Amino acid sequence: MKKSKFASLFLASSLLVGVLAGCGAEEEGTSSNGGEGSSANGGDTIKIGANLELSGAVASYGTSEADAIDLAVEEINAEGGIDGKQIELIKVDNKSDAAEATSAAIKLTSQDKVVAIIGAATSGASVAQVQIATDTKTPMISPSGTSTTVTVGDDGKVNPFTFRTAFIDPFQGTVAANFATNELKVKTAAVYADNASDYAKGLAASFIKDFEAAGGTIVAEESYVAKDTDFRSTLTRIKSSNPEFVFIPGYYEEVGLIVKQARELGITVPLMGADGWDSPTIVDLAGADALNNTFIITAYSADDPDGKAKAFAESFSKKYGKDPNSFNALGYDSVYLLKDAIERAGSTDGTKIKEAIEATDQLELVTGLYSVDENHHPIKSAVIIEFVDGKQVFNTKVNP
Amino acid sequence: MEWLQQLINGISLGSIYALIALGYTMVYGIIKLINFAHGDVFMVGSFIGFYSITVFGLGFFPALILSMAACALFGVIIERIAYKRLRNATRIAALITAIGVSLLIEYGVIYIRGAQPEAYPNVFSNRSFEFLGAQISIQSILILSVSVVLMILLQFIVHKTKTGKAMRAVSHDTEAAKLMGINVDNTISATFAIGSALAGAAGVIFGVYYTKIDPLMGVIPGVKAFVAAVLGGIGIIPGAMVGGLVLGVVETIVSALGFSLWRDAAAFVILILILIFRPSGIFGKNTREKV
Repeated sequence: MKKSKFASLFLASSLLVGVLAGCGAEEEGTSSNGGEGSSANGGDTIKIGANLELSGAVASYGTSEADAIDLAVEEINAEGGIDGKQIELIKVDNKSDAAEATSAAIKLTSQDKVVAIIGAATSGASVAQVQIATDTKTPMISPSGTSTTVTVGDDGKVNPFTFRTAFIDPFQGTVAANFATNELKVKTAAVYADNASDYAKGLAASFIKDFEAAGGTIVAEESYVAKDTDFRSTLTRIKSSNPEFVFIPGYYEEVGLIVKQARELGITVPLMGADGWDSPTIVDLAGADALNNTFIITAYSADDPDGKAKAFAESFSKKYGKDPNSFNALGYDSVYLLKDAIERAGSTDGTKIKEAIEATDQLELVTGLYSVDENHHPIKSAVIIEFVDGKQVFNTKVNP
Repeated sequence: MEWLQQLINGISLGSIYALIALGYTMVYGIIKLINFAHGDVFMVGSFIGFYSITVFGLGFFPALILSMAACALFGVIIERIAYKRLRNATRIAALITAIGVSLLIEYGVIYIRGAQPEAYPNVFSNRSFEFLGAQISIQSILILSVSVVLMILLQFIVHKTKTGKAMRAVSHDTEAAKLMGINVDNTISATFAIGSALAGAAGVIFGVYYTKIDPLMGVIPGVKAFVAAVLGGIGIIPGAMVGGLVLGVVETIVSALGFSLWRDAAAFVILILILIFRPSGIFGKNTREKV
């Protein structure tokens, strides 16, 4: 009896030592030239974490993305996984809360030891996990966090392990300028922006910069303040400067009235805005007639005839019985962006994946061609939607 | 013809201010109370018009009349419940009560239906015609004519009817009017009813002209109309009309010159200037100050 007790004690302690040694080796592996160490640890699966808003205030964003991420993982696994390894998806609910997002990121990196994190859907919850991603050298991709602070810290330095799939807000100004110059072929434009919102001011500034760089002239630059209801006098002023195009970054509550009043005053030229216009309410406010010949920018449209987008829309509606929205598309793309990077890195080491994502060039995704700039902001295609009799109709896709 | 267009814009805006300012000025004229809840009566009128068009399927004119009637009743209820018992209280007490009533109405409406805005349905065709290079919509013509008709009607009531005579008498000297056998309480109620009905009409017109209505929509027009009333001379009915129109045109000119962000500031600069240089307003007579 005594002997066997001693033996079991010996066995147990040697086991413990073994585990400790294993840990040590593993840590050494990841921190130095990683690749082999962690892939040996990962076995035949690649663990990817999803830190999403599955409940709480913005649960609809998170669950939309989770659905599409499930679909993408299923497809990749059915085709043999990444480099022959199946993806193991670990989903954590951050309850639409920044503090919960931080603890979810800690759980994913320390307990589950994921290779990369997809999420969160909102900028706030994404920013909350940036520090963890940087400390543990785990790449994270926010599908729909549009605030610059997700990838660039307050000190102006790029967060090395943080990426995003959606374009940032000011990029829409660039898209609008490209669309106006190349598709509508206008030479003069007026800008009428919401002076109370950083979103609108950022868009206006980037539109003006790029429109002028393309040889256009800004004939009027006016602003309003959110909650205004009377825009007629400023619109009359804009009209007298005879622009061929009016760019109106802002939110639908005011834009709806601006469009209506502009048309009443006889401003018939194309009007354009960004995703702030995207609400059914705008049709009630402006009226379907007034909205004709207006354009908005979105990340994705289910009517996009492009092959990849079409295939996605089909397989998504087959699985879930509804048309995909932008959040679905961005969640789906985040998985493929990561897959591409892991394949090119040839390894599941965080730093190598990060470098591979940084080197992503014109990757074909559902939401268009995707490249990364030095601030980890995407340079990518955007979809232009036109309002036709109150309905959103796919107009064109503007490539970067 | 940019200037003609701007003038039309300014007069349309100004006529809405004028309709609201009339209620302020009438109530002030009769009980020396600045009824800060007046802007919210305007809001309630707008919502009554909205629901009678969308839910009951009424046309513009029935909705306008229904809204005016409901607001008249609403104004009388406010007066009877909140202000009547304060008639002999200090003016500051009544003023603070008015602010309280204003907040009660705003947040009461939010409590009942939520804070989300509504879009007024199109009751008139969106057609517009060109006149000397300016685009004039059918809407703005109708709105202007409704405002003008209401103002003429008000002048008629005040100067040609018995109620109007009683109102003028009470406004001139409450005690003497009482001695002459005028029912002061009823006259004050009538004043509130007429003023609130005009605010209700302004609410419906505002909804048709500007489309978006929400429970806090009365705050800024209410304050602007107050400025208009002071500008014309508070307590003087033609003063409120002129004050409203002047304010609307001035605001439009400020925007037209490219200072759209200064538009609201312009209204309050006018208020300050008027209070410094001519406290009794454009139409006011300088009276001895009672100490």
